[in-house]
Amino acid sequence: MAELEAGTTGSRRPRPLSPHLQIYKPMLTMMMSIVHRITGAALYFGMALIAWWLIAVASGPNAYADFTWFVATPIGQIVLFGYTWALMHHMLGGIRHLIWDTLHGLEPAERELLTMATLIGSVALTLLLWVVGYLAMGGPR
Amino acid sequence: MRQPRMSTQMRRVRGLGAARSGTGHFWHQRVTAVAGVPLTIALVVIVISLLGRSHAAVVQILGSPLVATVTLLFIINSAYHMWIGMQEIVLDYVHEDRWKLTCLMANTFFVFAVALASCFAILKLSFGV
Repeated sequence: MAELEAGTTGSRRPRPLSPHLQIYKPMLTMMMSIVHRITGAALYFGMALIAWWLIAVASGPNAYADFTWFVATPIGQIVLFGYTWALMHHMLGGIRHLIWDTLHGLEPAERELLTMATLIGSVALTLLLWVVGYLAMGGPR
Repeated sequence: MRQPRMSTQMRRVRGLGAARSGTGHFWHQRVTAVAGVPLTIALVVIVISLLGRSHAAVVQILGSPLVATVTLLFIINSAYHMWIGMQEIVLDYVHEDRWKLTCLMANTFFVFAVALASCFAILKLSFGV
């Protein structure tokens, strides 16, 4: 635990500071709280991708072709897949936080369940969307 | 002994505290979060419906009044939500004044630039110029 230097007067015993992240055992709810923030930050920068997409459509066929070329590259596909997962995870995590804001689902078993549901739900939704998207593109080519 | 209050009665009634904004951002973050759920689902449906289509078809669908309105709502709602969110992240981790102000300004600039570019593009498609 972090400790402050003892003052020049009074006790020489180091004064304790409030505990921080490093002394707690990592827990699922805690990790998912961090992931919620990370996905939020990722979506923040991902918004530039949405802006590029909309500007490209508005600019004309050539600009749009550049955009569709990029998202079809392996890097573009990874970015798009990551964006889909971050969006789904942040949405489900947001719903979880809204439930907690109403003071429901805060019991130990309930909050673990909600957290697991967020994680499993976000992965399942992402895979489902990509399968649907793949079929919408016309299936395997 | 009771501490004398340093604030005026008007300040106490307004309830905005030392930062002068009270819990405004906290509440707005929740409002935009609630709005964000249906808007995100709608955007996902729109994007999937555009997959594999020609540029002309994408222009027509994105520019149609209903799709354009929903997309504009998504952009505006997300822009405010992410502006508050990034501000919160900066205030949590950046403590040095100069860096903090730089990051807060960059946040505002980025959000305005991205949101305006997106909205302008949708309006251009929608007005068909």
